[in-house]
Amino acid sequence: MIDYSFIVDFLFMWIRVATPILLTSLGAVICERTGVVNLGLDGIMLISALFGVLGSAWGGNLFWGLAAGVGAALIVSGVFAYFHLMLKANAVLCGTAVNTIAGGLTVFVLQLATGEKGSSSSLKSFSFPAVNIPIIKDIPVLGDILSGHNVITYFAFLMVIVITVFLYRTPMGLRMRAVGENPSAASSVGQNVVKIRFLAILLCGVMAGMGGMYLSMGYLSMFTRDMVAGRGFIALAACAMGQANPVGALISSMVFSFFDGLSNILQLLQIPSEFVQMLPYGATILGLTVYSIQKQRQKNKKNKEIQQNVIK
Amino acid sequence: MEEKKEVLRMENIVKVYSNGVMANKGINFSVLAGEIHALSGENGAGKSTLMKIIFGEEQPTSGDIYVNGEKTIISSPQLAISLGIGMVHQHFMLVPSLTVAENVILGVEPRKGLLINRKKAHRQVEEMADKFNMQVSPRARIEDLTVGQKQKVEILKALFRGAKILILDEPTAVLTPQETTELFEELKRLKSNGYTIIFISHKLNEVKELCDRISIIRQGRSMGLYDMKDVTEQDISNLMVGRDVILNIEKKPPEIGDPTIRVKDLNISGENGKTFVNNVSFLLREGEILGIAGVEGNGQSELAESLTGLRKYNSGSIEMCGKEISGCNIKDIRALSVSHIPEDRMTTGVAPALSITENTLSDKISQEKFSKLGIIDKGKIKQYGLEMAKDYQVLCKNPDVRIDSLSGGNIQKAVLARELSSDPKVIIANQPTRGVDVGATEFIRKRLIKMRDNKKSVLLISSDLNEVLGLSDSIIVMHDGQIVAYFPDAGKISELELGKYMLGIEKQSESEIKEACHGQ
Amino acid sequence: MDSNKRIHLIVDMAKLMIAILVSCGLVTAIVLGTSSEPMNAFFSFFIGPFTSFRRIGNIVEAASPLMFTALAVILIFGAGQFSMIAEGAFFIGTLGAMMVATSVPLPTGIHSAVALLVAAAMGATVALIPALLKMKWQVSEVVTSLMLNYIVQFFSIYMVSYYFREVSSSSLASIAFLDTSLLPVIIGGTRIHAGIILAVILCLLIYFLLFRTTFGMKLRIVGNNPKFANYSGIKVTGIMVASQVIAGALAGMGGGAELLGMYTRFKWTSSPGYGWTGIAVALLARNNPLLVPLAALFMGYLNVGANIMARNSDVSSEVVKIIQGVMILMIAAEALLKKWKQRMIVEAAKAETGMKGDVVND
Repeated sequence: MIDYSFIVDFLFMWIRVATPILLTSLGAVICERTGVVNLGLDGIMLISALFGVLGSAWGGNLFWGLAAGVGAALIVSGVFAYFHLMLKANAVLCGTAVNTIAGGLTVFVLQLATGEKGSSSSLKSFSFPAVNIPIIKDIPVLGDILSGHNVITYFAFLMVIVITVFLYRTPMGLRMRAVGENPSAASSVGQNVVKIRFLAILLCGVMAGMGGMYLSMGYLSMFTRDMVAGRGFIALAACAMGQANPVGALISSMVFSFFDGLSNILQLLQIPSEFVQMLPYGATILGLTVYSIQKQRQKNKKNKEIQQNVIK
Repeated sequence: MEEKKEVLRMENIVKVYSNGVMANKGINFSVLAGEIHALSGENGAGKSTLMKIIFGEEQPTSGDIYVNGEKTIISSPQLAISLGIGMVHQHFMLVPSLTVAENVILGVEPRKGLLINRKKAHRQVEEMADKFNMQVSPRARIEDLTVGQKQKVEILKALFRGAKILILDEPTAVLTPQETTELFEELKRLKSNGYTIIFISHKLNEVKELCDRISIIRQGRSMGLYDMKDVTEQDISNLMVGRDVILNIEKKPPEIGDPTIRVKDLNISGENGKTFVNNVSFLLREGEILGIAGVEGNGQSELAESLTGLRKYNSGSIEMCGKEISGCNIKDIRALSVSHIPEDRMTTGVAPALSITENTLSDKISQEKFSKLGIIDKGKIKQYGLEMAKDYQVLCKNPDVRIDSLSGGNIQKAVLARELSSDPKVIIANQPTRGVDVGATEFIRKRLIKMRDNKKSVLLISSDLNEVLGLSDSIIVMHDGQIVAYFPDAGKISELELGKYMLGIEKQSESEIKEACHGQ
Repeated sequence: MDSNKRIHLIVDMAKLMIAILVSCGLVTAIVLGTSSEPMNAFFSFFIGPFTSFRRIGNIVEAASPLMFTALAVILIFGAGQFSMIAEGAFFIGTLGAMMVATSVPLPTGIHSAVALLVAAAMGATVALIPALLKMKWQVSEVVTSLMLNYIVQFFSIYMVSYYFREVSSSSLASIAFLDTSLLPVIIGGTRIHAGIILAVILCLLIYFLLFRTTFGMKLRIVGNNPKFANYSGIKVTGIMVASQVIAGALAGMGGGAELLGMYTRFKWTSSPGYGWTGIAVALLARNNPLLVPLAALFMGYLNVGANIMARNSDVSSEVVKIIQGVMILMIAAEALLKKWKQRMIVEAAKAETGMKGDVVND
């Protein structure tokens, strides 16, 4: 049963399902670094997923899809940021509100656009293309796994590097880290904390929007109702587990999406689909818990060592 | 004095905070170029508020500000910085995980294309540090620095941004004597380089030593502007508090009884291995106020936390009313008739959104007097709240209002009401009158003395020397986590003498310190 | 300082009015922008719910589950926790009630009671998980509760489709509940069931719990300032966990009551989302259990209006979710009207210190 092509297929699938979680968790990293917990990621993904499809269908090409998807993400993130930062609404409530609005708005607009409430299959929308990478595609095995992915997938992995450089090497990255760790320190040197957080939320929105568009214009080639299914929340968990570090987020995203990929494959077997569907969510709880236990143990161990040294 | 340009003038500054507290009630303030100008006043007089207004962190409710003769609205710190105003906060505004250079350049980063030019940043910071003789490495992480070094980074930060007017908010509060000396050298060097310095402090000897002129404020109002050579420390103190400081608070001689707290070889260290309390032993007895004097941050707070169960200790023993408390939780310790007036009333002392009544009951709501089978007796509670407000002179329309609608002094009186009304045997009072108005201060001190006259034990931790000397029967001085002096009779020591021990300049002999254990 | 209390109240009321007005305005804008028959849609949405006795009944029916979840949210948020478990606890409650209602024969009355208790117990169990993980290992309750909601949903549907499925039905449906388990209709001509009485009683009970018991006072202290609670000798983590367990029980019982009051079979293929709407209701009620029935009725009215509008016109019922989201945003916005409030407080402070208008010059 488990032969060579099965493994290759699985690894290829793994990268595919990791893409939206990775993109969104990178966005969450930016937010988290400035001290904002963005619970609205799920909603932002959902809205971008729909508007990307509609934009490409109405505009007649991919560019309009991208513009509409990113634009929608920016607007929703802007609303989140305005209410959280300017009107001082609790971030968890803001995020909940965004998710609630997204759930309603997408179905409402979908029905307006297509007359249906389930999916956009009646629209002729465009998807992002898959690309073969020269040289790598000719390497046996590796080529089958790494080449031929959607362009957004490569974009996602590239962004791990870009965001690392952005956070640790650029002036704005420095300011964002300062704002997140000690906002009064940043504002005492004239940095506008609200503005920087606003920017971070918008950037995060773009990343989550790309993640959402990947779902409807890459992974599938249409929008379906509630298609994000908690991936925004999983991305948030991946960000937390990755200690708000782009590389950490990459690793955690890969861990969580492993189970997502597994569930895709297990569905082919004779296991109740509901059980399989539970896998990624269960894995996320388990992962976060193991991580937290680990973190606490390390802390305790470190304390013990220090205190033993003190006593000596 | 030769004609000097006025760089900063404030007229009729009024500030009302959103909770209704009026911090500045029409203050006038003026600073000349190239001077070191002291701004003095008691805790809560409105100094910090005034400085926040200058630095654009708060907006005045009314009043005018002139910078270099021009009327200006300082709407943000950004604008203040561009006007050449720099601020060194009392609580350092530094990002611990970043390096010195990163902290200094934050917001004005030298660039190379899109990226930060790190090399240039390090060089610039190094040059600047050399110029003013401040020894810090630009590559060091803030979390690894000493307090004195952090302060240097703060000053560098302001200078790097082109500040010509430097505001220092109680800069010596956290420093060792050597560090203070170093700081004064640096400030004098800055002055001779043409910088203007506003030095906020209520340590009169420092003010006297360092400053050219002094502005004094009291309860949010200006009390005048003086040339330093025209006023004595006594004058300043009178202006600050509005009467001769009563050093000898009236009290009967103590009637000492049995021990209530027995601390033996206590060691407390923090998560990062820093030692807070180092081999401390002492005894507190019935009918006694034992003062713990010391510059803040020398282990007093951690000691208080361990005594009340808020912090675990590493070794040694604490016996409270005859019981070793190592296995006890906070509730158990309170059940031993121990009360605790916490250092910071807003973060640990009250639930801001709850009523005065509820706040005075938080520790005793489960007692049979107030509830049966978990159900609250509404009438009894209401009556209790009224009694507390009346007995402890908590100024309010009625005790059902949210406690954060009160002034600091009244909130502290409510805290006192809760802690003293539970009929404690031991009261641990940590900075009981900090940020509290004169009237409330007097009230709180009298209550503590009354408790002591009723054969209770009071452990008084205070950085206010007048308070420690005036209230205590005997005094322990803590420095760097250790007891460096014990005075069995507080009436026999002077402020100056105490200061020497507090600043770690002198230390008593082992046997003298051992006296604190009274041979036990 | 009574003036401060009055000012808070005035501003709160004004904010509530703004939230409702903005929501109504939003509906108007959406309808005008998208509908070909706007007058019909308006009428259906705003007036429709009052056009018949049965429809007024619908409002009350729709309010019932929201009251349970809103109470749960009030308890959880009140203790300063951000668990979103009301959603999952509600759904697992429906599963629990379904199992008892289909498979455990009991006399009338007792049968419903046992079903509701099992529903509550299962809700409490689910809510306990994020609470315990947070207590023991500091795992963020926000994320774990969100994940659990999905797990609960899939697990419940799995149970129905593998163990309780009506084989003759083409769509997913459980076998029929035993008649003895159903909650009685209490007002003829509607489907208003005994669950609503239970909900109202629970509102009173939770109010009593919060404001008349030692537990409630401790809970409010913990929610307002956990450091202070700890310093006062209150077992902070215990209160936090207990509040979530009680909340889970309430939401679970709500799930059971909804199922046994409104249905004769379990037919959901995904969670109906009452836990989320409960957040909006709790905020609308200003976290006061006594105002929960009113807030739930209002939300019920919006839901019924949206459904009627969707049936009678070309505007879909999802509009109501948009409104709910906007309401959460508006009410959560602490700084809305802040300037106005600040000005009133300043005036009051000046009046008290006797400094009217101008400042006295020293």
